[in-house]
Amino acid sequence: MLLNEFLFLGAILFCIGVYGVIVRKNAVLVLMSIELILNSVNINLLAFSLRNGSADGQTFALYVIAVAAAEVGVGLALVLLMYRNSRSISLDELSEMKG
Amino acid sequence: MFASELLIAQNIGFFIIAALMVVGALRVVTTSNVVHAALWLVVVLAGAAAQYVLLAAEFVAVTQVLVYIGAVMVLFLFGTMLTRARIGAESDLNNKNWFVGIPVALTLLAAMLIALRDGFGNEKLPADAPLVSTQVLSDQIFGPYLLPFWALSFVLLAAVIGAIVLARRD
Repeated sequence: MLLNEFLFLGAILFCIGVYGVIVRKNAVLVLMSIELILNSVNINLLAFSLRNGSADGQTFALYVIAVAAAEVGVGLALVLLMYRNSRSISLDELSEMKG
Repeated sequence: MFASELLIAQNIGFFIIAALMVVGALRVVTTSNVVHAALWLVVVLAGAAAQYVLLAAEFVAVTQVLVYIGAVMVLFLFGTMLTRARIGAESDLNNKNWFVGIPVALTLLAAMLIALRDGFGNEKLPADAPLVSTQVLSDQIFGPYLLPFWALSFVLLAAVIGAIVLARRD
């Protein structure tokens, strides 16, 4: 198998995730797009781990998964707080900080 | 002989799973129903776990299934249900200037694909690479990478406490 197969798959998923982060207004969907980005990074890490024959990439992939879990926990708590304060999770309406 | 056939089978498996993942990811960012987006995300995450198995990383694959499909998806569905009055399709999930995203994503994709093609060309993954066992992985985590592991423990603790503080109703 070619190394580039996996790297291309990671790049495609990364760009779809970036598109989702830019396009989506709903905060939960933005968090899902961020998950897509993190997964594409994991695919790259594991591909290079196999290529170099070392376990470093797998270790980092595990750490990325743990950080992603923490990020989703805090992110969804923030979304809940946002919903409780403004009855909406649309990111366009978060404009209190605009002068 | 046998090894080359196995490689062909691996390739077919890779492309089927990769096509499923790309379709799922596109549906995640285009569907107009938040619950459907969460379920398409499950397809992408399960496909990623299958790719990890193809990359000879079983422990990471199992962790992916447990953490992402088991825990993170439940969190997403909870978040969707708690912040949403209705389940059906919605029309206002996208930004007003959503069309900006297409050129940005396509430019990024073109740059990355060109760089990868020039950088790695037809480089093959080693077919007989030494297998990284779970024992080696745990030696890594509790050996040279112990400090980031501790830092990660504090990150998780802070995330738990922060989530409770943020979402507490008082």
